[in-house]
Amino acid sequence: MSNEAVLHTHSGAHDGHGDHSHEHHHETFITKYVFSQDHKMIAKQFLITGMVWAVLGGLMSVLFRLQLGYPDQSFPWLEDILGKWAKGGHITPEAYYALVTTHGTVLVFFVLTAGLSGTFANFLIPLQIGARDMASPFMNMLSYWFFFIAGLVMLCSVFVETGPFSGGWTAYPPLSALGDASPGSKTGMDLWLISMALFVVSSLLGGLNYIATVLNMRTKGMSMTRLPLTIWALFFTAVLGVLSFPVLFSGFILLIFDRNFGTSFYLSDIFVNGVGALPNEGGSAILYQHLFWFLGHPEVYIILLPAMGMVSEIMSVNSRKPIFGYMAMIGSLFAIAILAFLVWAHHMFVTGLNPFLGSVFVLLTLLIAVPSAIKVFNWLTTLWRGNIRFTPGMLFAIGFVSLFISGGLTGIWLGNSALNIHLHDTYFVIAHFHIVMGVASMFGMFAGIYHWFPKMYGRFMNNTLAYIHFWVTIAGAYMIFWPMHYEGLAGMPRRYYDYSIWESFKQFQGLNQFISLVAMIVFAAQFLFLFNFFYSVFKGRKVTTQNPWESNTLEWTTPIHPGHGNWVGEIPEVHRWAYDYGKDGVDFIPQTTPVGADESHH
Amino acid sequence: MTTTVPGRVPQRIHPHKFVMWVAMSGIIMMFAGLTSAYIVKKNQSSWLQFDLPVLFWYSTAVILLSSVTMFLSARAIKAGKTNSYKLMITITATLGALFLLLQYLGFRDLQAKNIALVGPRSNSAASFVFVITLLHMLHVLGGVIALLVFAVKANAKKAKDFSFIPIEVLGTYWHFVDLLWIYLFLFYNWIG
Repeated sequence: MSNEAVLHTHSGAHDGHGDHSHEHHHETFITKYVFSQDHKMIAKQFLITGMVWAVLGGLMSVLFRLQLGYPDQSFPWLEDILGKWAKGGHITPEAYYALVTTHGTVLVFFVLTAGLSGTFANFLIPLQIGARDMASPFMNMLSYWFFFIAGLVMLCSVFVETGPFSGGWTAYPPLSALGDASPGSKTGMDLWLISMALFVVSSLLGGLNYIATVLNMRTKGMSMTRLPLTIWALFFTAVLGVLSFPVLFSGFILLIFDRNFGTSFYLSDIFVNGVGALPNEGGSAILYQHLFWFLGHPEVYIILLPAMGMVSEIMSVNSRKPIFGYMAMIGSLFAIAILAFLVWAHHMFVTGLNPFLGSVFVLLTLLIAVPSAIKVFNWLTTLWRGNIRFTPGMLFAIGFVSLFISGGLTGIWLGNSALNIHLHDTYFVIAHFHIVMGVASMFGMFAGIYHWFPKMYGRFMNNTLAYIHFWVTIAGAYMIFWPMHYEGLAGMPRRYYDYSIWESFKQFQGLNQFISLVAMIVFAAQFLFLFNFFYSVFKGRKVTTQNPWESNTLEWTTPIHPGHGNWVGEIPEVHRWAYDYGKDGVDFIPQTTPVGADESHH
Repeated sequence: MTTTVPGRVPQRIHPHKFVMWVAMSGIIMMFAGLTSAYIVKKNQSSWLQFDLPVLFWYSTAVILLSSVTMFLSARAIKAGKTNSYKLMITITATLGALFLLLQYLGFRDLQAKNIALVGPRSNSAASFVFVITLLHMLHVLGGVIALLVFAVKANAKKAKDFSFIPIEVLGTYWHFVDLLWIYLFLFYNWIG
């Protein structure tokens, strides 16, 4: 009750009945499904928009993998769908770079930031902390619509005559600052910047809400140390976002001035072919990289932490064991969140960074291995001798840990500035970040969707399809990215359009073909998931009990189809942490159960 | 580990106020990013030294004064003096607008002294001051618009809902943009 007490003390307009089951206004289609202020509906909007972008972003990767795997072959159907961007059935170099750039931007920001933390922060925070909604449902709605418009603008940029931005998802100047530098740097870049600015606004509005909700709207008895780890992870994610996105924004503002108003923040002594020497003087392109990576690195954890939190929760539920080292889990999340801000220059080891400064960043970077290892060991020890139920959510959670280990270990290589001289900008980097951040977070997202689908739609997803989806995806992910390590160690640079003309890299032709083939199969397998998802929304097996996973957390105390306001009647009071599984011989004890007199302490 | 005493709801900060505090930390990060970029850039070659327009001193005084009137308007509404509140909130909005005008004139001044803020002749020293200050002005503009909305609402015949929380949130923001300007002013003059 205290939430409403706090929220409504000062507004006289509220009458007494608001306490119970919240006001049920007359809901129209528009207020229920479009401009909804219900956190659960907003979560679904984020999820489905994220899924649309995941398909588009994934499709882009399939298209450029075609070029990488089969550089000599022509695919006439490509010209049918891409027109002048695939003259004669070959993807043009401009299109290739545009595809790579847009794939990166879309996957990093739209899918794994908005699609992941937008979905699950919205869905889980109020449900798991015991709140009727977010601190500001209106801002929450704005957050989604800013994201939606950002996506729309990005989509438009794909269709402009000069093509979308093609200078890499990091948008380094001068390529991003000079319209004359490449076709993609013209209108496509303007739209990219507008889209990203809108996206930053969306992230900030969302993040503010998540933080305020977690800190202020918890139900009675829900102290911070009784929160499920999902909430802790989403909380740290939001803090990272609120503190780092504004810095990216400031980098963008300077970029906009350089692009459009002739300033020289990032530009100096440039000669453009066909244009001549530019008047800009004294700027520093490295300055942009500092501002970008000050967001860029925390962004990695913005993507990863929600997955970590959900995996912790799902793993504990399905091992029927308390999470191992709850406080250590929080501590390591905290350590990761702090270190995230102190390591950005490891993306810049070869930019001419002072080697002494570089060594400091090496140390700080390698320090991340400590909290990461704590988390991995805690997940493994949670599984240890557990009564494991291999639900699809659980499988994806275990898959996440596997990928996090595989991808994390190569992070130790790349974090060394000396090794980085050899490995930077090679396929080794691609392999590293796709496994540890891309696929791992994707797995966290799948785990979350399979696990919380019954709460979202009151139905189950089909298990058989889910198992096929899991095994194809995890085997495929390793088959795609594992060989890339070898290519990278051999020095094969990323971003090249055609390796067959390079004596040193043409030996990898067969391997590239293999990677492309698997990428297509894995992409196709995702449609099993999509079919499963949408079919189950309407036709899935119905959930008949409130708590199908026999879980302790509060979201399973709501009705099977919770209305806006989540709980009918009073919000339950919390008496214990979220992880009393198998305690004193009892399989599970929900957080709402008062502590018994003869209960042992944990 | 915090424990809640049964039967007693701990006094919590209002969520909207809290949102404002978190938002302010985000804004601080943005300006911290910009001013650090300024420092980095300053230590590189071809940095133009120039004096800030004198008008910035006046605008500083104006925004400081507006914080005082904002404080008074919040105190008036707490004490239930609606007339005094209406007056003070209107004065605050006016001072905010005056601040924006003075900043604009300050930039005109710089240009008159042949210091280009943008464009091919510009030096990033002046561009930095311009861009950072412009961003701050946008934040002040947001505050002025909010103040005007409050002033119009307070003067409307019908509405008599003088709830305190929104004023307090707006007040916090207003003092914040004031302090932010003081920081920027000190930074331009002595730190950067």
